[in-house]
Amino acid sequence: MIKLEHVSKSYKSGVIPALNDVSITIKEGEFVFLVGDSGSGKSTLIKLLLKELEPSSGTITVNGQQLHKIRRRKIPKYRRNIGVVFQDFRLLKDRNVYENVAFAQRVVGTPGRRIKRAVPKMLSLVGLAAKYKSKPKQLSGGEQQRVAIARALVNQPKILLADEPTGNLDNKNAWEIMRLLSEINKRGTTVLVVTHNMEIVKAMDKRVITIRKGIVTEDED
Amino acid sequence: MKINSFFYSIQQGVKNIWRNKLFSLASIATMAACIFLFGLFYMIVTNFQDMVQNAEEGVAITVFFQPEIGESEIIAFEDEITRRPEVAECVYVSADQAWEEFKSEYFEGHEELAEGFEADNPLANSAHYEVYLSDVSMQNALVTFLESQEIVREVHQSEAAAKTLSDLNTLIKYISIGIIAILFAVAVFLISNTVNVGISVRKEEIAVMKLIGATDFFVRAPFIVEGILIGLIGSAIPLVILFYLYRRIVAYIGERFHFISSMLQFLPVQEVFRILLPAGLIMGVGVGLIGSAITVRRHLKV
Repeated sequence: MIKLEHVSKSYKSGVIPALNDVSITIKEGEFVFLVGDSGSGKSTLIKLLLKELEPSSGTITVNGQQLHKIRRRKIPKYRRNIGVVFQDFRLLKDRNVYENVAFAQRVVGTPGRRIKRAVPKMLSLVGLAAKYKSKPKQLSGGEQQRVAIARALVNQPKILLADEPTGNLDNKNAWEIMRLLSEINKRGTTVLVVTHNMEIVKAMDKRVITIRKGIVTEDED
Repeated sequence: MKINSFFYSIQQGVKNIWRNKLFSLASIATMAACIFLFGLFYMIVTNFQDMVQNAEEGVAITVFFQPEIGESEIIAFEDEITRRPEVAECVYVSADQAWEEFKSEYFEGHEELAEGFEADNPLANSAHYEVYLSDVSMQNALVTFLESQEIVREVHQSEAAAKTLSDLNTLIKYISIGIIAILFAVAVFLISNTVNVGISVRKEEIAVMKLIGATDFFVRAPFIVEGILIGLIGSAIPLVILFYLYRRIVAYIGERFHFISSMLQFLPVQEVFRILLPAGLIMGVGVGLIGSAITVRRHLKV
């Protein structure tokens, strides 16, 4: 599903690379934690997977597609198969919960009738069906992150990337989000979570890949 | 682009104007100011040009003929003159007509004094053509041609008037092009700047759109729609104002300054707006389109 082969990324020549000869394979349906200190290269890895950045060397294959072969024009289509969740939620502040989720479907040109069916379904999955009219600022951090997850999943991507999804949340909300991500994984979505919340990582008992200074130092199930 | 996305983009473009009220107002005001200046300038220039053209039409060359040339030959020569492209009109004045004209002007009130010349026209050799030009700048070419003809004795021309008018015309042309170019550039710059502010506010939204998998066109379309609408509104407002303003001012000058209005003929408002209306709207929409397209382009590298 996701395969990195000898991937390196340096932003400037001469400086220590953000990723150095990283090789990882994540199978379909897996739930994987990617851990490491800040500046270890975790976010660079997410950006490479989203094709926001190009690797300096090595190849990345996602859903059977080699990323370096995807033309600029085709990047939007590629990204539609990947759901993304960020630490700072990145919701559209001037739109309500429903519109934020529907937005992801409008972007890909889904017909209105299908949006009307899919969005409420997704909102009940994340437990926010009753708050569909609320604006992001009326919601707690945990609720906002759940809206973001609903948005990431509404187009039914095969992969969900979560970049520090609990970084801005208290412990209780962080656990709720993790439980939700685990539930989504059980329904068949491959989930890759970048985090440094070791307490949760240990308790969840999933595969953990550790990166330090751009190098994979540990990979254990 | 799918039809859903197309309508969504238009809807979003309209909503964006409302969502960013302040920014939209600033852009519309900027656009309106530029189009207003453009319109004002255009009105002055077209009127001025029309007046110059009227003056030009009054500029004439007088052609006199050798004494031995008969009237029939002179009349036959008219074709030679009217065939030239720079000639608008050619009027024949016979020796008798010339004398009549002179008499009525010179001996006005004392016609009996001219009676002695009754049988002997003092202006016997004064049969001539008054040639009016379609383009004053071509006067020299015509004069050269006429002077080279054997039957022509003398050509009278007002070189100074022709030169002044034709210089004036060229000057107006250059000034217009210059000022319109400057106004256009200023408008694009200002619109691009205001759109820039609007986009930086929505930078995050654009980034999210692109990460979700929006195509460049999908991201760009609402901004383009917004630019076009702002251009349309921003040009319609000053054009309406100018329309009424022009009518009022022309009417006011006609009433209050009689002596000017007999000298200067203003163009009717319909005549001015026949070009100004489409030009203003196209300029507004064009500036809105170009301004937003340039700016959005810069922000799409996600």
